[in-house]
Amino acid sequence: MIVARFRDFSFQYEGTSFWALKDISLDIREGEMILITGPSGCGKSTFCRALNGLIPHFYEGVYKGSVKILGKEVKDTPTYELARYVGMVFQNPENQLFASTVEREIIFGLENLNLPQNEIKERLNEALRLLGIEDLRKRAPFELSGGQQQKVAIASIIAMRPRILVMDEPTANLDPVSALEVFDLLIELRKKLNITILVVEHRLEVIAPLVDRIIVMNKGRIIADGEPRDALSRTDVFTIGVGIPKVIVLYRKLKRQGIKLDKIPLTPDELAVEVAKRCRKTQST
Amino acid sequence: MPENAVYLKEVYFTYDGINMVLSNINLTIKKGEKVAIMGENGAGKTTLIKHFNGLLKPVKGEVRILGYDTRRTPVSTLARHVGIVFQNPDHQLFAESVEDEIAFALRNFGFPEEVVRKRTEWALNVMDLTRYRKTSPFLLSGGERKRVAIASVLSYNPEIIIFDEPTTGQDYFQKQKIAQLLKLLSLQNKTVIVVTHDVEFAVENFEKIIVMARGRIIAEGTPEDIFNDMKVLKTARLLPPQVTECAIKLKRYLPRIRTQVTKVEDLFSEIIKYC
Repeated sequence: MIVARFRDFSFQYEGTSFWALKDISLDIREGEMILITGPSGCGKSTFCRALNGLIPHFYEGVYKGSVKILGKEVKDTPTYELARYVGMVFQNPENQLFASTVEREIIFGLENLNLPQNEIKERLNEALRLLGIEDLRKRAPFELSGGQQQKVAIASIIAMRPRILVMDEPTANLDPVSALEVFDLLIELRKKLNITILVVEHRLEVIAPLVDRIIVMNKGRIIADGEPRDALSRTDVFTIGVGIPKVIVLYRKLKRQGIKLDKIPLTPDELAVEVAKRCRKTQST
Repeated sequence: MPENAVYLKEVYFTYDGINMVLSNINLTIKKGEKVAIMGENGAGKTTLIKHFNGLLKPVKGEVRILGYDTRRTPVSTLARHVGIVFQNPDHQLFAESVEDEIAFALRNFGFPEEVVRKRTEWALNVMDLTRYRKTSPFLLSGGERKRVAIASVLSYNPEIIIFDEPTTGQDYFQKQKIAQLLKLLSLQNKTVIVVTHDVEFAVENFEKIIVMARGRIIAEGTPEDIFNDMKVLKTARLLPPQVTECAIKLKRYLPRIRTQVTKVEDLFSEIIKYC
């Protein structure tokens, strides 16, 4: 099932003289986990805003083509309705959190959806459980660590049961281990809820091995869209300057030296296995 | 003239009078040094750097910045010598256009308008923001806003420049640019202190790394040493850079491989020795 469909979509912000997005056509299927990356100003944030209706309902400009979420034309659908399908988590959880307790934070969005009390309670408990933060329910969000805050932000969105979860650099402010925990959690959520997840990220080392698909953007256009190994080993993706994981840089360097590995590695484990295989081959010949 | 840019002796700090956020911090950063401070969320890194411009004063111990005792020196004096670019640019930005934002501190310090104009121009250029000069900072992307925050600190030319997570939200090219900027500042003999989670950025750009955990400094050394010390990494919730991790994983198959590597070139030379 296709949950989001872009057709010849272009957008130019009011007061600017360039297209922030140009001729975007793509389909996003239910349950996909997609990484969106590209240099700053490439249109990643605009893409996210077009998904949840902030464009064109909040940001004005020239809007061409079509964006459909679950079959509904975004420009003809009010944002409060879109908010039920598309949940957004931002880079700075502290910009998003405001309530006095974690519980209140999660309940806020649910009350806005006008849900009956018992359902609110049920969803609150479910979200706390899914994110593994039951012990934080009475704590104040502002006194939590960055990683915990980000989990609270995700919980408050998940409780609204969106079909698509869009995350704009969700781990940018987290230490590496906390970042890994958040990503592991996303994988769990996808398994349990069959939710579609789009993550915008620059730190590809951690996330590239975890996603099904990578969309690389540059200057408002999609320049690569495919399976991680293919998308990240393309020469044009190299030259636009996304932070290609070091394992792939090494793979290319070895290849130039005449050491061709059987598989493009995405993780240190894969690299080690491939190099070892290759070394054995060299030694036995 | 004092040799030390930053000198801390047995520094303790608490926000609430109960929980120590900094405990027994002893630290010397020499003038012109470039160091990275790393560690998990909540380790006390930001609290520590707030001591460097007198925003926070130790509850016990001594902090001297360029020889000034921060307890006896007004923040306004320290602010001219120490610039801090905070993690969340939204806490820092408020002006209506990027150029006004950058000019603000300069005007505040009372520089003549001619100097304000020149320095603003320079900072816009260095941070690749000239095309946004008339734009409101709030229309910019997160990464761009961060660059505005950096430009507004660079503009008044402080001797010590501190960056709290400068690479968050920056793409590869911008990161390279920030790396170049740090080099340039070093060449000008500025003291550069960078708080970062970005392991790859740290190994590429620093020869000295300070690691914090639970309010203490738990290690100080070169990237090669720090990232081979699994105990330190575990305590500080850091991961080794991908190159080091590759070497560690390769050791299972190639027992003689050197794991003290952080750069692609070094690992490459190691691999071709055995393949």
